[in-house]
Amino acid sequence: MLHIFCPHCAEYREEEEFHSKGQAHLARPLDPEACSDAEWGEYLYFRKNPRGIHHELWIHAAGCRKFFNMTRDTVTYEIKETYKIGEKPSVTAQS
Amino acid sequence: MSEVINHNGKIVADQRPADDIAGQSPLHHADLNSLASQGPQTGGVTIQERPLQGLLNLRCNKADKKQVTAVKKLLGVALPCDPLSSASNDDSVIRWLSPDEWLVSVDGAKAFELEAAFQANMPGHYSLVNVSGGYTILEISGDHAVDVIKKSAPIDVHQSSFPNDKVVSTVFAKSGAIIRRIAEDHFELIIRRSFADYLWIWLQDASREYGLVVKR
Repeated sequence: MLHIFCPHCAEYREEEEFHSKGQAHLARPLDPEACSDAEWGEYLYFRKNPRGIHHELWIHAAGCRKFFNMTRDTVTYEIKETYKIGEKPSVTAQS
Repeated sequence: MSEVINHNGKIVADQRPADDIAGQSPLHHADLNSLASQGPQTGGVTIQERPLQGLLNLRCNKADKKQVTAVKKLLGVALPCDPLSSASNDDSVIRWLSPDEWLVSVDGAKAFELEAAFQANMPGHYSLVNVSGGYTILEISGDHAVDVIKKSAPIDVHQSSFPNDKVVSTVFAKSGAIIRRIAEDHFELIIRRSFADYLWIWLQDASREYGLVVKR
């Protein structure tokens, strides 16, 4: 079981209370009408599947029911950090 | 529905039935009153239902000083802005649910009055919804109350991480609950009405080894 720090509740809770919602920081195209099918398809369906550092969107479903982001290592399963929506990750694949 | 108030388009309706209709809690069928008088009188776990309480779900902005002041004036209790905290006085308890959401409990007969007062006096953008009908409240106390919580929820119930007045929303058995610690061996569970029967059966099973006392 993962022990996850919820940045809204400000404490660690069991994984059971959370749901993963996939890749984080997906920016919706500002003008969808102007997108080509390829651009829109890229936004809707295509996701990264990195080996190593990955930023994910999670929700504290049984707790405060708020979304937050998590930086996780997909190789070791280590959770590097959790941070609120709108904040920038301090751990990235480049650093 | 006995009364409807309209404050500048904000409509508040009294959700309690008329006086000649008896209100029934989601655990009405379990007949806890008979169990309380006929069942065991001593045991390690005591369960008491607080039926038909008024529960109001408040969503507002804790950074808005006018709203925070208005809440204090309306409830007589300051809005608990720290995560997982609660505040109470003799009439009401207000629980932190998320950074912009609180759950207020008052006497069932006073919910409408309070709701109307909110609609008349609360400034700014907010939401207050009467959710009394969706929940019921169970209090678990006794020497083994902690053990029953430990069996049911994946939270740390040690006093150092779950002090009195702390509130957590978490999974409870295969359902969920909002748990508040009232005293070291005294917890309050706010549970969904549709899960009330399931959790009542679960709690009977979980507390069997310690001896269950039902209090009215």
